[in-house]
Amino acid sequence: MGKIEVNTMTEKKKISLNIVQPQENEEPKSRVEGGDVMSEIAAEVANNKIVLYMKGTPSEPRCGFSARASQILGSFSVPFHHVDILVDPEKRQAIKEFSNWPTIPQVYVGGEFLGGSDILTQMYENGQLDTVIKAL
Amino acid sequence: MFEPEKIDALLRDQINVSHLDIVDLTGTRDHYSVLIVSADFDGSLPLAQHRKVNAALADQLASGEIHALQLKTLTPTEWEKSK
Repeated sequence: MGKIEVNTMTEKKKISLNIVQPQENEEPKSRVEGGDVMSEIAAEVANNKIVLYMKGTPSEPRCGFSARASQILGSFSVPFHHVDILVDPEKRQAIKEFSNWPTIPQVYVGGEFLGGSDILTQMYENGQLDTVIKAL
Repeated sequence: MFEPEKIDALLRDQINVSHLDIVDLTGTRDHYSVLIVSADFDGSLPLAQHRKVNAALADQLASGEIHALQLKTLTPTEWEKSK
């Protein structure tokens, strides 16, 4: 907990504000490293340029929307990291809270939540996805 | 189950709609496809656009009255180009 002093020009008096260190400053880590599932997701999206949370795998998708998202990402030359949430019930719930998004698949690019399958399709069609991936 | 007319009204109430198509995908009034065009979407990424539409229908999506919503959002400029 640090303190910062601010000179306000108009009132010409000193005020002090408490600076609270945000929790996000902690290094995200996986569950095997002692983190929680939210921390593990934070690590995944930070350590991989593109992450797809999906049902099944790119070679064996278990849902049409996940299959489409995987196909779209696969059409780019940048490799993507996939996470099969069907084998991880804890993460299946956690990712919805993490992104504040109710459905799966979910796509992260450059550490930012991009959206689900409709958004990915829309951004693929209008060229925005190409722009975002090229900017990596 | 939620009537398409009510979806139309909720969206127009909260978003400045210039074009709106609502399709009942299954005939059961709970799986919908929505195409919505609005100047409110100018300058924002699709994620923010979709969040805005989902927020307008948040109660119905949470209660399950609308079970699935397939969504496409366009700015008026994108809509003109797509014609």
